[in-house]
Amino acid sequence: MELTTILFYLFAIVTLGSAAIMVFSKNIVHSAFALMFTLMGVAALYVLLYADFLAATQLLVYVGGILILILFGVMLTTQGYTLSFKTITVNLIPASVLSVAAAGLLIFAFITTDWKITEVAERNDTVYDLGMMLMGDYILPFIAVGVLLLIAIIGAILMSTRLSADNNGAN
Amino acid sequence: MELLVAQSFAEPGLTHFLIVSALLFALGVMAVLSKRNVIMVLMGVELILNSANINLIAFSRFTELSLDGQMIGLFVIIIAAAEAAVALAIVLNVYNRFNTINLDEISLLKG
Repeated sequence: MELTTILFYLFAIVTLGSAAIMVFSKNIVHSAFALMFTLMGVAALYVLLYADFLAATQLLVYVGGILILILFGVMLTTQGYTLSFKTITVNLIPASVLSVAAAGLLIFAFITTDWKITEVAERNDTVYDLGMMLMGDYILPFIAVGVLLLIAIIGAILMSTRLSADNNGAN
Repeated sequence: MELLVAQSFAEPGLTHFLIVSALLFALGVMAVLSKRNVIMVLMGVELILNSANINLIAFSRFTELSLDGQMIGLFVIIIAAAEAAVALAIVLNVYNRFNTINLDEISLLKG
């Protein structure tokens, strides 16, 4: 077997295994740490798909940003001085039936479809091309998403500062 | 039969990546449907977004979509970041008001 094949199976197992631990763990802090390994595995899969810039972005934004945000959310919303961090699981049977059905249908569709595969030449790096596209064809979505991000950040700051102002007023 | 098994363990192609993303999507759906903690539901949504992104980038590697797929993946990551920031601010507000983040107990709009 080639090295890329072994690496693909290794990272696929890391990704799916830690995603399964994330979903089935009873402890929410364990779930958050399993999510970290899932995101890293996905970044490694991006590298195997010649998407080096996206892999770096994935690590910076997801592992460095969103995961820290989620851990802060866990810390700020656990009741009392608890050490358990339990999560409640409900609807286990309908949820597993639905997700197994979704996975089965998707895999069936993916396997039976005759994809038109065109082998691209191996890329050295994608950063230059992505930057040129971002300043060319994709300039309008780029600006729109920048404005969206600004609005989201202002909204998040506004909501959380009003929260602390209410707290001070109550105290 | 042996040939089929040997072929499916060969060089990872488009279908291999798509199957990984389908399984990741199923696990995300499982987390969204079966957990009652808002933060666990958010983590499930992140899993679903990641599985969609794997699809986009796999198609950009193996089909004519080329770099456009990676560009859409980039925008998905940006929107996921915005979504996570706003969602966690909402969760903190909900916790402040209801003193719980159990989705079944936040039922003010239920008739």
